[in-house]
Amino acid sequence: MADNKMSTRDLRAYFHKVEALHGVTLGFAANRVTAIIGPSGCGKSTLVRCLNRMHEVVPGASCTGQVLLDGEDIYAPAVDPVQVRRRVGMVFQKPTPFPTMSIEDNVAAGLKLNGIAVSRAERDRIVEESLRRAALWDEVKDRLKRPGASLSGGQQQRLCVARALAVEPEVLLMDEPCSALDPISTARIEELLLELKENFTIIIVTHNMQQAARCSDFTAFMYAGDLIEFGETRQIFTTPARRETEDYITGRFG
Amino acid sequence: MTPTKSLHSRRQFFRKVKSDVMVGLTVLATVVAVAPLFLVLGYLISKGAASVNWNFFTKMPAPVGQPGGGMANAIVGTFELVGLACLFGVPIGVAAGIYLAENRGGVLAQAIRFSADVMMGVPTIVVGIFCYAIVVRPFGGFSTLAGAIALAVIMIPLVTRTAEEMILLVPHELREAALALGVPRWRTSLLIVARTAASGIATGVILAIARVAGETAPLLFTAFGNRFWSTSLFQPISSLTMQVYTYAISPFADWQRQAWAGALVLTVIVLALEFGVRWLTRGAAQVAR
Repeated sequence: MADNKMSTRDLRAYFHKVEALHGVTLGFAANRVTAIIGPSGCGKSTLVRCLNRMHEVVPGASCTGQVLLDGEDIYAPAVDPVQVRRRVGMVFQKPTPFPTMSIEDNVAAGLKLNGIAVSRAERDRIVEESLRRAALWDEVKDRLKRPGASLSGGQQQRLCVARALAVEPEVLLMDEPCSALDPISTARIEELLLELKENFTIIIVTHNMQQAARCSDFTAFMYAGDLIEFGETRQIFTTPARRETEDYITGRFG
Repeated sequence: MTPTKSLHSRRQFFRKVKSDVMVGLTVLATVVAVAPLFLVLGYLISKGAASVNWNFFTKMPAPVGQPGGGMANAIVGTFELVGLACLFGVPIGVAAGIYLAENRGGVLAQAIRFSADVMMGVPTIVVGIFCYAIVVRPFGGFSTLAGAIALAVIMIPLVTRTAEEMILLVPHELREAALALGVPRWRTSLLIVARTAASGIATGVILAIARVAGETAPLLFTAFGNRFWSTSLFQPISSLTMQVYTYAISPFADWQRQAWAGALVLTVIVLALEFGVRWLTRGAAQVAR
């Protein structure tokens, strides 16, 4: 297997006293797309939110175990969660453009809000490159000053991808990025994943098994807070080792 | 006609009658509720409009017995008092509102929220006496500053609570989106959350301004009023409300006419602010900037 960009070791996540992840050990290969599938409430989102320390933002949430990024534990006491989040970007289920900002300001938001001073030309270059990478440039290049909220839902989601890419993360987490999108926008995002994995490590949570089969290299199946099975996507979808996995992907439950 | 059918139509009939009666009652209640507003406005216009002229805005009060004169000093005084009150009250109120929204469950937050709610219920004359005791007495006299502080004390809880409510309306997802970009929490709170709530917060501020612009009681103990031109922070100053009060209870017909004019001007200022709010929020509702 290729080198792991990220991995978890016995990761347990809690909401107050309730354990939502029961010790997950999993590796995420560099420059590959790893899909996490499983029924609602199985801990998929909690798992990815632990990977950039967004889990702890929820009041009462905590976790134990290790999450390694390039071999370093991101939960080590000296690590600043803000720095982790700059290296591990995230796109959420619902598109969340900042409503007070124009399209270009949204893309540059990560730079501006972090007080990173760049020249006008450099900023324009980053905005264009990020929008191109997110396959949105051609649609918005003539209206960069318009509000981000004026775009369609699918465009807004790609805007959020561009915004996440503009801060040059190494890993991109996507928490059901297509669940609020129509099939055409979904197809755009999926094409995008294939292009993005050249430069980034991608971890995508999805409810849509066809989506996982289409665009991921590896698939992890989770159920009730446990990692049931992990392997190459083709193997998971053709010859799953576990009975639960087979039942889920053939639509017998979930 | 079968019995069931007649029963059916009779029920229909009573339903319609009941509905009409209730609609009639609600319309009546609305008219009763709104009528005083228009009566007050109409009465103010009929009594005061004749005395509102250029002199009213530009001239000083005339000596007793001499006709003419205006309320220039009181108009300027109102703006000075309210402006200063905003300078003190708005930053404190907005900051406290952000704090409350960010630390919703904290013990200190709950204590602050509770005191803000209590302060909103405190009669404003009590605020006036309070500022008399802590500002006017120690500093040796009535002053613009004391009046502005009294108005700020009234504004702060109003601004705090609206700012908090408006910030809580900002979707949680926006905050998470900013945090996930590696933005520190304080920057997220200020530059994303508070910024997104800004038009709502501005609405709260303007409503608070409209509220204190019409205050008289707290100013009587603090700014005191002044028949002469003054813009000094450390001298007594007049306001439209106090001038209206003084003129309205005077025995002179000319002063009483001017009191009506002052009341009308004050009402128009407050109404203009309220309409400004409507305009502002309508603009924000379309698409933010």
